[in-house]
Amino acid sequence: MTIRQILITILVIVFGTVLTRSLPFLIFPDSKESPDSIKYLGQVLPYAIIGMLVVYCLKNVNLLNFPFGIPEGIALIYVLLAHHHRHNLLLSIGGGTILYMVMVQFLFTV
Amino acid sequence: MKVKALKAAFPYTIPVMIGYLFLGIGFGILLTGKGYPWWLSPLMALFIYAGSMQFVAIDIFSKAFNPLNALILTLTVNARHLFYGLSMLTKFKDMDQKKPYLIFALTDETYSLLCSTEPPQGIDRNWFYFFIALLDQIYWVTGCTLGAVAGSLLKFNTTGIDFVMTALFVVIMVEQWESSKNHLPVLIGIGVSAVCLLLFGKDLFILPSMISILAIVTIFRKSIERRNVI
Repeated sequence: MTIRQILITILVIVFGTVLTRSLPFLIFPDSKESPDSIKYLGQVLPYAIIGMLVVYCLKNVNLLNFPFGIPEGIALIYVLLAHHHRHNLLLSIGGGTILYMVMVQFLFTV
Repeated sequence: MKVKALKAAFPYTIPVMIGYLFLGIGFGILLTGKGYPWWLSPLMALFIYAGSMQFVAIDIFSKAFNPLNALILTLTVNARHLFYGLSMLTKFKDMDQKKPYLIFALTDETYSLLCSTEPPQGIDRNWFYFFIALLDQIYWVTGCTLGAVAGSLLKFNTTGIDFVMTALFVVIMVEQWESSKNHLPVLIGIGVSAVCLLLFGKDLFILPSMISILAIVTIFRKSIERRNVI
């Protein structure tokens, strides 16, 4: 894409993002009480969606070919354990990413 | 009143500061590493302000120009924000003119902070939430700018840096897991999307996943609520 096309694409993305963030507030303005079922979804969905996002991030992992998702698996386990035990974002996110980068750049090179 | 609210809000945002600086720097390095000008990074951080979507955008830039496709992709990647809005309806009810900004700035991390924090005694609630949102965006813009400038000056091998996003979501998942007694919703999320990924493939599975998740949590509402959600 040219810079002009990129800027138009950014504009489109801004529009789409603002739309998804504001739509619930447009559908249920302050004057209107949101139905019980919507409140229930608001409680449950944030949890379900995070699960979906983790799967989304791992969608390119190929378990059938080298490196069989091993670097992803190791880094995931590291992040899970590190965060569960230390609750230190730098250690979990920073450490996990560096660990993964070292693995894919030096150990599991194709 | 404002200064007091700002001072009260700041400590709550420190975890997001660390995460956003790291993630933003990663984004800037990745963007400039693919040869795009550095100023796109602060621009996107200011106006798009959606971490995962910005990473996806780098991918879109490398393909042929197709605004409609970009819009559909944005709506699918960001569809989870619909759910954030839904759960913030009550909390934002008495927001004054700060409401539009709070809605604009409703990222995953700001959402999770707003969900879990109540302002301390004697602090103005609206300003408190506003400053949480504002500080978070300042961290994000700072990180994206730093990363882009560093990336345009130095050459990095950025292979694998996108794992920062995976790590971030896993961290949020761990925090949710520990703060909630009912793990059924997150397990439904993982299970359903994994099955949809196998069935529909990586390019098409998000929409079927969302629809199936919506259907399943609605069908099993009674048994989920009985387990005392959240």
